Amino acid sequence: MPKMLMTGNAAVGEAAIRAGCQSYYGYPITPQNELTEYMAANLGRRPGCAFVQAESEIAAINMVYGASVAGVRTMTSSSSPGISLKQEGISYLAACQLPAVIVNMSRGGPGLGSISAAQSDYFQSTRGGGHGDYRTIVLGPGSVQELADLTHHAFELTDKYLIPVIILGDGMLGQMMEPVEFSHEAPEVPPVRQDALRGAKGRPSRFVRTFTSNPPDLEEVNWSLFRRYQLLQKNEVMWENYMTEDARLIVTAFGIAARIAKGAIKQARANGLKIGMFRPITLWPFPGEQLKALSKKTKFFLDFEMNMGQMIEDVKLSLEGAGDVSFHGRPGGVIPTPSEVLRVITRIYYQKGLS
Amino acid sequence: MKKVFTRPVSLKNAVFHYCPGCGHSIIHRITCEVIDELGIQDRTIGVPPPGCSVFAYYYFDVDMVESAHGRGAAVATGIKRAYPESIVFTYQGDGDLAAIGTTETLHAANRGENITAIFINNAVYGMTGGQMAPTTMLGMKTTTSPFGRDGKLEGHPIKMSEILAQVEGSCYVERVAVNSPANIRKAKKAIKKAFQNQIDGRGYSLVEILSPCPTNWKMSSVRAWEWVDEVMSREFPLGVIKDTTGKRSAD
Amino acid sequence: MLIKTVFAGFGGQGVLSMGLNLAQAAMIEGKYVTYLPAYGAEVRGGTANCTVSVSDEEIASPVASSPSYIIAMNHPSMLRFQNQLQSGGIFFLNSTLIKDPVNRGDIDLVNVPVNAVAEELGNIKSANMVMLGAFIKKSNLVRFDSLIDGLSVTLKGKQKLIDINRKALAAGYELA
Repeated sequence: MPKMLMTGNAAVGEAAIRAGCQSYYGYPITPQNELTEYMAANLGRRPGCAFVQAESEIAAINMVYGASVAGVRTMTSSSSPGISLKQEGISYLAACQLPAVIVNMSRGGPGLGSISAAQSDYFQSTRGGGHGDYRTIVLGPGSVQELADLTHHAFELTDKYLIPVIILGDGMLGQMMEPVEFSHEAPEVPPVRQDALRGAKGRPSRFVRTFTSNPPDLEEVNWSLFRRYQLLQKNEVMWENYMTEDARLIVTAFGIAARIAKGAIKQARANGLKIGMFRPITLWPFPGEQLKALSKKTKFFLDFEMNMGQMIEDVKLSLEGAGDVSFHGRPGGVIPTPSEVLRVITRIYYQKGLS
Repeated sequence: MKKVFTRPVSLKNAVFHYCPGCGHSIIHRITCEVIDELGIQDRTIGVPPPGCSVFAYYYFDVDMVESAHGRGAAVATGIKRAYPESIVFTYQGDGDLAAIGTTETLHAANRGENITAIFINNAVYGMTGGQMAPTTMLGMKTTTSPFGRDGKLEGHPIKMSEILAQVEGSCYVERVAVNSPANIRKAKKAIKKAFQNQIDGRGYSLVEILSPCPTNWKMSSVRAWEWVDEVMSREFPLGVIKDTTGKRSAD
Repeated sequence: MLIKTVFAGFGGQGVLSMGLNLAQAAMIEGKYVTYLPAYGAEVRGGTANCTVSVSDEEIASPVASSPSYIIAMNHPSMLRFQNQLQSGGIFFLNSTLIKDPVNRGDIDLVNVPVNAVAEELGNIKSANMVMLGAFIKKSNLVRFDSLIDGLSVTLKGKQKLIDINRKALAAGYELA
């Protein structure tokens, strides 16, 4: 099929429908409204599908919880302040081991913050986000095409591991248009999960719960989650190495920041500087081993984020002291330019004596 | 010999953990009788809340999913929209439905979600130890209104049924009690009608049930039953509050 | 070669659809392209702008801090963006509405009386396409034919509108 020019928000919606998403619940918040609107127009009236503009993000995530219990592929989306409200529901989804896809077109924070693109929700996304000992799978796309591809992947992952997936985009990815191609057609008959609650017909009744009065039962749930987290770490990490082969300084960045960094790196290469980039695509599980492997080639890293340093903790943990990690960050929804990043790269390159 | 009394099929053979004199076990039983009578056990999905009835799935022999506190109406919306053939009911206490879940409840009703809400009003937070609920009587002493609920400081007993009757999407709202054999029979009728409305696709039905909590009211079971009559049902009058179904009884 | 263009004007002048049509044409030509609208509170109060980046390789940032071209459809946009244009860039001005001089000597100015032309064509609303036609002629960013092809996507099925827009594009193209 031909490429289409779409906003990131619309591309997520289209990709979700093509992944067999049957229900979407959302609440208006900038900069992700186009996604809610896309689902209202394109999912709501499809046979067997449901769209509800919920009364709050809390209601929306709990509708997702209900839909997931009933076994259909389901999604909600919001932006940073709304994602904070959803954390209660995400914790319950994690506890009940229910699949769901949650999209965060993140914006500047804390508080109401700004509506401009930011990456300040990295901690919230990769550390569980709500209460309790759990993680979610976190995907960090860097283009509209990748948003579409990772949306499809998110539905596969969440069904396979029964762990909610967060797509951590940002306001810019959501708002901007780029050519995009979809590699899947919507299934004729959308999948229904085997263990769905659809009434005790021909089988004993079942229940889905999170509360137990017996701590060892909960410990077993935690262990079961943890074993799957280990599997994820082993089998599902995604990352991109860009010009790392001969790099003396490696930039670590994700999402839109990685994209901006790439522009700077191209320019730096043209100036004769040996710069590369490591871009995690799964932000959780973090591709730590893959990053550590790069420290055999150089020990100089520059972490660049649109926040005041969140992923840098994972970078340092992964390098286990084997790297010299500098940092450049712009918080608040300020969009740094490639030439700004180029200046930082160049300064550090010479300061560290890498020329 | 003719069997005149037996456990409903959709009520599991388990010993209730509820306190002596508590209304929950009665309400569980009559709800299960209704599920049996309507023949919907194999497509019913219950949504119990946190609170004393958090373990409702140990008693109801239907599919059940625990909801977060107050979110029952949203969870039920998600289930019903994803699988419209199901019969979905929420089972919610007064803290759940009338405080933390007010928004979800009101909007589910306003959308006319085709679900059934069983609303247990016992005027206190039971599981957490008898704190003031949104439906606590004026003057009533609880652990968080130790001097008696003062309307000026703590607000007034909220009448959710009357509020929910105001929205277009609710089709049936009735307040009943489970403090006498006669009232229990009426309560069962109301519950049956609320389920029948869902089967008929009429929209949101709610049955508010005044339910004794002898433990937190610090009364004997008998006294608690009397108190429902003498005090609670003065504040929360029993009867049909809204019925757009043409006054049909489920029987 | 990465070229960034900012389109700016009043809401209702069709500023976003100028950008969208350019982006669509660039995509048809197989180029890398990003389209970024200003959104949210920034655009309340009647101003609108968008940035289109066109390149033959991956585009790093869709934001333009110093664009090669700026199209100002009204006076406030001229004031707001005149200092952002990169040195040697081209400033396209809707000279029907913008009478004040631009305070820069290191850029090229292209004055297009787009409202007047559009009125002559019989549809004031097509002023944006008159400007886009003129812009394409001067900048050579995409082929005229690609723009026409793009219209059939952005205005899918609305043949009357397509015809009006095509006429306006052609008029602008001839003008510049």
